[in-house]
Amino acid sequence: MAEASQKIPVTVLTGYLGAGKTTLLNRILSENHGKKYAVIVNEFGEIGIDNDLIIGADEEVFEMNNGCVCCTVRGDLVRIMDGLMKRKGKFDAIIVETTGLADPAPVAQTFFVDEDVQKNARLDAVVTVADAKWLSDRLKDAPEAKNQIAFADVIVLNKTDLVSKPELAEVEARIRGINPYAKLHRTERCQVGISDVLERGAFDLDRILEIEPDFLEAGDDHDHDHHHHDHDHHHHHNHGHGHGGLKHYHDEDMQSLSLRSEKPLDPTKFMPWLQNLVATEGQKILRSKGILAFTGDDDRYVFQGVHMMLEGDHQRKWKDGEKRESRVVFIGRELPEQAIRDGFEQCITT
Amino acid sequence: MKEFDPGEAPSSIVSITDRVKPLPLGAAVGSVHFLGDRAFFVGTEESVAIATIDGELTRTETHFGAILCAASDGKRLVTGGDDGKLIAIDAKGETSVIATDAKRRWIDNVALHSDGTVAWSAGKTAFVRNPKGEEKTFEVPSTVGGLAFAPKGLRLAIAHYNGVTLWFPNMAANPEFLEWAGSHLAVSFSPDNKFLVTAMHEAAMHGWRLADNRHMRMSGYPGRVRSMSWSAGGKGLATSGADTVIVWPFTSKDGPMGKEPAMLAPMPARVAVVACHPKNDIMAVGYADGTVLMVRLEDGAEILVRRNTGAAVSALGWNAKGTLLAFGTEDGDAGILEM
Repeated sequence: MAEASQKIPVTVLTGYLGAGKTTLLNRILSENHGKKYAVIVNEFGEIGIDNDLIIGADEEVFEMNNGCVCCTVRGDLVRIMDGLMKRKGKFDAIIVETTGLADPAPVAQTFFVDEDVQKNARLDAVVTVADAKWLSDRLKDAPEAKNQIAFADVIVLNKTDLVSKPELAEVEARIRGINPYAKLHRTERCQVGISDVLERGAFDLDRILEIEPDFLEAGDDHDHDHHHHDHDHHHHHNHGHGHGGLKHYHDEDMQSLSLRSEKPLDPTKFMPWLQNLVATEGQKILRSKGILAFTGDDDRYVFQGVHMMLEGDHQRKWKDGEKRESRVVFIGRELPEQAIRDGFEQCITT
Repeated sequence: MKEFDPGEAPSSIVSITDRVKPLPLGAAVGSVHFLGDRAFFVGTEESVAIATIDGELTRTETHFGAILCAASDGKRLVTGGDDGKLIAIDAKGETSVIATDAKRRWIDNVALHSDGTVAWSAGKTAFVRNPKGEEKTFEVPSTVGGLAFAPKGLRLAIAHYNGVTLWFPNMAANPEFLEWAGSHLAVSFSPDNKFLVTAMHEAAMHGWRLADNRHMRMSGYPGRVRSMSWSAGGKGLATSGADTVIVWPFTSKDGPMGKEPAMLAPMPARVAVVACHPKNDIMAVGYADGTVLMVRLEDGAEILVRRNTGAAVSALGWNAKGTLLAFGTEDGDAGILEM
């Protein structure tokens, strides 16, 4: 089996209609990076993409026959990946552009469920392009837009030149209310560094180093002390309010939940609990991620998941002086917060 | 514990590796077909390599890109590519373009009928063209996963998501739909025309008895079934996907229903390709570790044709008389064996 590094990285590009996906795609392709990309686009999507290897897809979402309703894959993608693998060596990476109304989960799950796809390719990151002017509205009326934000590893907040500073703060706060963990880039005409969107390794267990909310650094006008607060308190607020200039929102149905323990976890309790949690609540949980310190284990254990699918492994030894703290993050819809918190507490070794 | 050395085949096994004519093709092989006594190795990209039993090699350029599918009726070979072209190659190695997709879509599947009709698919559309050049199309609800002509009459099975559509291109009658949840890929009729089987996207096969559309579930595979082959006379269906060849019995009127499959030729590697002999009850088996075996269906007796070197075996084929066996691998090695 190919090593992770030899597997072809796949970037999933999502975003609501008109946000600027094609602009970003063309920017990536026209950049002088010396790399060749295979680009998979929706057949009925926007046109005008300049690339040698471009494949039209149908976005066929197939349910897997394993009794798991949220276990869906992109059937067309399985077929396309199969065909592309015959041309290995002709391209360095794959970009999958989805339609504006697409749910990123079936695309992502294709790379975990299908044995042949998994053998040859690895999901690198889900990049969501958002329209600074219209995203706040879309988050109210389009569940797809919310899904795409919640699922993202990287959010390109585009068309920032079309909004005022308070409007920008507003839309960022709304994004953070849903997904505080994605890397957020403010752009005009998708002017973002290629390395900020490609080769992120967001699904690479070896690159799960820390799980902290992402906040823009320089140039921000909000209180810096605030960065390092535990953001658990998101979930107790039902209205927007300011903290030194940074607004906080609690999204009605999509939120993130962060759990933390300085005491080690009991692996014989935690693993069954986690597996049971995703088996029963997996439809609501879009993404999950964790760094774990187990009792009597000198290795860091890391895991990540998409809906009901989980993968985890020992990552490396805890370093001398490194704080052996467990962090777990869930992003999802109508998460049963108290039940999850209580369940997690039960896994802490006393 | 004794050391297990998978590098060598068990000493008890009969080896005929020295009788194989080696053919270093240097390009990954997708499938192999015999036209007469020459083996046509269809590459995964761009060209077809044609080899004689003496090891003489010629190469014919076919597609500008990946070759996604190939089928042969013994008289010609037809390939479909990601360049949107469907190309025929005759026994002399001369090529002709049968069709070019108007939207340059990938040609994903191809099937040939004994009367010279050819079927292919691009996306959700299945096409048939008879020897007179008349073309008909049929659209199924999702991307076509596989195509197969029935052994009798002009009837085309089109596998897709949630079932198989049976289309009669020359009849006004509505196509028949065989439903089963899931994504169906390769499809095949039993040689007696009584059963239809599909290899699914899941690690399972599904089948229907065509008289009453009764379902046959054939599951338990650790991996997806990528290769299947009917044994001589259609007595059994040999399949890949496990570390043994799974052979489902089709001798009774119920097919494999309620029966256990035979599990032959176990190896410490996954079976990648199977090809049953056209006349005798033997089959050639290619494994993911590069091993090629010849296996007797009756008792599982094995003969070693190729050792486990290099990449997975990706192609196996017999000539019509069953006197020649050809194999090809993912890393561009190939060989022909005269029986």
